[in-house]
Amino acid sequence: MEQQLKELKERALEQIKEAGTLKELNEVRVAYLGKKGPITDLLKGMGKLPADERPKMGALVNVIRETVTEVLEERLVKLEEQAINEQLEKETIDVTLPGRPARTGNHHPITRVVEEIEDFFISMGFEIAEGPEVEKDYYNFEALNLPKGHPARDMQDSFYISEDILLRTHTSPVQARTMEAKGGEPIKIICPGKVYRRDNDDATHSHQFTQIEGLVIGEDIRMSDLKGTLSLFAKKMFGDEREIRLRPSFFPFTEPSVEMDISCFNCGGDGCNVCKKTGWIEILGAGMVHPNVLKMAGYDPTVVSGFAFGMGPERIAMLKYGVEDIRHFYTNDVRFVSQFHRTEA
Amino acid sequence: MLVSTKWLNEYVNIEGIKPEDLAEQITRSGIEVDSIIDRSQGITNVVVGYVKECVKHPEADKLNICQVDVGEETTQIICGAANIAAGQKVVVARPGAVLPGGMKIKKAKLRGEESNGMICSLQELAVEGKLVAKKYAEGIYVLPETAVPGEDALALLGLDDIVLEFDLTPNRSDALSMLGVAYEVGAILSQGVKLPEISYPESTEKAEDMLKLRIDAKEDNPMYVAKVVKNVKVGESPLWLQNRLMAAGVRPHNNVVDITNYVLMEYGQPLHAFDLDRIGTGQITVRLAEEGEQLTTLDNVERTLHPHQLVITNDKESIALAGVMGGLNTEVHEGTTTVVIESAYFAPASVRRTSRELGLRSDASTRFEKGVDPNRVAAAAERAAQLMSEIAGGEVLAGSVTVDELDKTPKRILLSPDTINNHLGMKISLEEMLSILDRLQIKTEAVNGKLVIDAPTRRQDLNIEEDIIEEIARMHGYDTIPMTLPVTESTPGGLTPYQAKRRTVRAFLEGAGLYQALTYSLTSKEQAQAYALETAPVTELLMPMSEDRSVLRQSLLPHLLEAATYNVARRTDSVALYETGSVFLGKGEDDLPKEVEHVAAVITGKWVDHAWQAEKKAVDFFVLKGIVEGMMNSLGLLKGLTFEKADVKGMHPGRTATIRHNGENIGLIGQVHPSEQKKRDLKNTFVMEMNLEKVLSIETEQLVYVPVPRFPSSSRDIALVVSSETSAGALENVIRNAGGKLLKDIKLFDLYEGDNVEDGKKSVAFSLTYTDSERTLTDEEVVKAHENVLNALTTEAGALLRG
Repeated sequence: MEQQLKELKERALEQIKEAGTLKELNEVRVAYLGKKGPITDLLKGMGKLPADERPKMGALVNVIRETVTEVLEERLVKLEEQAINEQLEKETIDVTLPGRPARTGNHHPITRVVEEIEDFFISMGFEIAEGPEVEKDYYNFEALNLPKGHPARDMQDSFYISEDILLRTHTSPVQARTMEAKGGEPIKIICPGKVYRRDNDDATHSHQFTQIEGLVIGEDIRMSDLKGTLSLFAKKMFGDEREIRLRPSFFPFTEPSVEMDISCFNCGGDGCNVCKKTGWIEILGAGMVHPNVLKMAGYDPTVVSGFAFGMGPERIAMLKYGVEDIRHFYTNDVRFVSQFHRTEA
Repeated sequence: MLVSTKWLNEYVNIEGIKPEDLAEQITRSGIEVDSIIDRSQGITNVVVGYVKECVKHPEADKLNICQVDVGEETTQIICGAANIAAGQKVVVARPGAVLPGGMKIKKAKLRGEESNGMICSLQELAVEGKLVAKKYAEGIYVLPETAVPGEDALALLGLDDIVLEFDLTPNRSDALSMLGVAYEVGAILSQGVKLPEISYPESTEKAEDMLKLRIDAKEDNPMYVAKVVKNVKVGESPLWLQNRLMAAGVRPHNNVVDITNYVLMEYGQPLHAFDLDRIGTGQITVRLAEEGEQLTTLDNVERTLHPHQLVITNDKESIALAGVMGGLNTEVHEGTTTVVIESAYFAPASVRRTSRELGLRSDASTRFEKGVDPNRVAAAAERAAQLMSEIAGGEVLAGSVTVDELDKTPKRILLSPDTINNHLGMKISLEEMLSILDRLQIKTEAVNGKLVIDAPTRRQDLNIEEDIIEEIARMHGYDTIPMTLPVTESTPGGLTPYQAKRRTVRAFLEGAGLYQALTYSLTSKEQAQAYALETAPVTELLMPMSEDRSVLRQSLLPHLLEAATYNVARRTDSVALYETGSVFLGKGEDDLPKEVEHVAAVITGKWVDHAWQAEKKAVDFFVLKGIVEGMMNSLGLLKGLTFEKADVKGMHPGRTATIRHNGENIGLIGQVHPSEQKKRDLKNTFVMEMNLEKVLSIETEQLVYVPVPRFPSSSRDIALVVSSETSAGALENVIRNAGGKLLKDIKLFDLYEGDNVEDGKKSVAFSLTYTDSERTLTDEEVVKAHENVLNALTTEAGALLRG
């Protein structure tokens, strides 16, 4: 009996070793350990043994069963590993083949610039005000201290629809409308939008372009507030190292009026082609709201004051991205627009 | 405004200041210096030559052989100019000379004759042709007889000069004169201004004995000063005067005209010179023109005048367009002996209107329309009289003929130093303020802590407190203003719901693969209403620049299709663009059009193009429809969204739909009509346009979570044969209505027409999902619901169930 058991064990271990696949190994397991296998049979036949031999033989069968099971498990792990390796081999791909392009579009560069500006001022507590592109002469000019016959109207050649209606030449009428609607309340707004001027389209002129203006009105708004706000803006848009300088200028709706330059982001102020060797780049116009503008909108200039500023996203985009011709923004060439995909954050 | 630094130095001492530094200081304190022009242009070695002899070149008709005394020697120079002659003093570029553009002069042989240099025209010395006196415009320049051979010609011609080009803002018309510039520069440099000293011998005869004056339109012409100068000898102006005019960008004519122009540039006061004999009547009457009155102006154009235009007349007919241009009939000419100098104040609005209406702008009109200094009107006339006496040999008659009702008192402005500092956010002391105003020569007194300011009349731009604040700030330096942030009630800031949802729409469309386009609002009349969702009267420009951009669009699609064509023509075959922008629905001439924001998209070419995995798919209706559905889903508006076959002009009649939400028309989608595609050089192109304002104004329910189903769902597939005419949408409606509340999802998963299906029929298959969120459905419940669906399909849709 003992000899028989030993042979059985040897045979089983031999067959486990020979099993080359998971399937073969399973067959060996069923053959020896299954319900109809020899080990089960042996255990079943234990009752026929003399009582004093039963414990010894029982222990022996169990040992054999455990040994076989153990070796089988080991073999199983090995074969499974082998099977996975084979699968991996088969599934290996050329990782240098091109990927499947994820289809996406992106913002037009002007929208990109506008939203960047909007988001900065929103973080400063501004709201975004919008208004009509076809405007009354009153809001476009008169309410902004540009009465009929004012020489400064020459600065902006306009597309008129009728004597009193025109395509807005700037987004300032939105400021005038907002002031009128707010009825004396404080204001902090940004006004982005399309504007139109009688210009022949060329590399630096476009009969339609974009503007974004801002207006702050309240008690004790000072020119230093204008400077501080715009300095933060310049740093946000063009980098932390940017410095600003204000130069006196003239706009009918502000007094004093300034133009703001930023230190050149290309050369840092040493002078290069971007800044035309001056170290400075003109970026926007601004000023303290003219008392006539406040008065016309129902604000008392002895009580409140304000500042306003305005800039052209096209110009900013041209500077920021090195675009040399404003017409690129309006041809909608996919090869152009698609370049403004990546984030700059 | 062109400012000669040589000339400016007459009034303020700027010697030793580098032009770049001066320009920077001027720019920083208020007037932008656009460019710094070195008139010498690198020219060297040009001298005065005396043409002793001039004979024709034996071998060349057009060339002359000249013997020229250039000071140290007499040398031979060949000259091709037609106006060269013996006895002239000329400008000679010596061998070794450098001319503008780096051209070097060398000894040469011309047709066998030696030439040791070049006799120059002014153009060859980089003077613009339009500034060269007509006499010398076509040939060499002839210097006055007083020029000394060998003398440096560059200095003689005043070309050793730096000119600053000002880009003046409309408010700073005071700087349209050399004196005005001198006051500005004087303030910057803390210097006074040296004004010209005016004195000349007066005749015993009185001006008023020779000329009578009457003003019939005093509102438009409150002041008129006429001086009379007799025995004038009209001729060439002295070189210094011509040089200054050319430096200022004015072409010299003759001494009388040049003097008026010189004083215009010096004082900023436009003058006009009449020939008294040509006036004929001894009378000047200023009045408004008569309707249809004719006047030929100095530029030889006959102009028809309107009754509100101001004219100078001889009491019979007009002789000048006041403040704009003189008349040809009284022009000073070579034979003129008696000159009337006119110096007047013409109302800005009047001159501006006339100049606009006639499309005629002049150095005079640009100054009058901004308002000249009332206190310089008489002074300028005196200055001109002095120069006529000194330069043109004239005899100035005593006194002036004057009408003067012009207010010349300076404007008084009161403000407190605190106001200034509060406005600027600064702390400038009273002393400093007074010092700045003093440098600007703005008369100021401090009375009881307030500044009492009399703004000089030369500064027409100083009217209110803020104007003075600006003067102080700019002279103090904008760099000195501190940086602070507004102290206001803190407001949250942010986007309106509309603006936020518009960003969602853009983000979705871009995520779906569309690039954002930006097209023009102006379009042609033909395109204005094409594809419009809603039409209204078109809004037309009064004076369009071109037919293509003459009216405002009522649809975004025409320009988007143009953009598609533009890309396809540049070999970008696959195009996917969208735009958000306004369309303009006219409401009649007196009202603003209604502006409605739309969103539109165009796709053409391939939608999927992944060649090596053999995945290529052309765009089709359903690609775009999927995008519209996705966009609406991102807004929570998928429920209620339907598409209804539609017929739209310019669109494929079998592939176009109206987009509706809860029955309301919100847009269109479909394929562009094949013949339209062909016209635009496009292959199959699909477009959509929706009324974005309508879409974004649809109210949506608040987003509330629906529990994820805890109980298994049960699905059943149906295969049907129906008439080809029956739409999938109609079948879905039948299924949805019959399925009851247990039916959660319907998916169309197969569609087939062709072999094995009867003609006029199609085979459609749906997969239906039944669920109850509260419990597991029993088989009976599902069977019952499904049978309802099957029955409904058979009876309501005439469907034949298969398999």
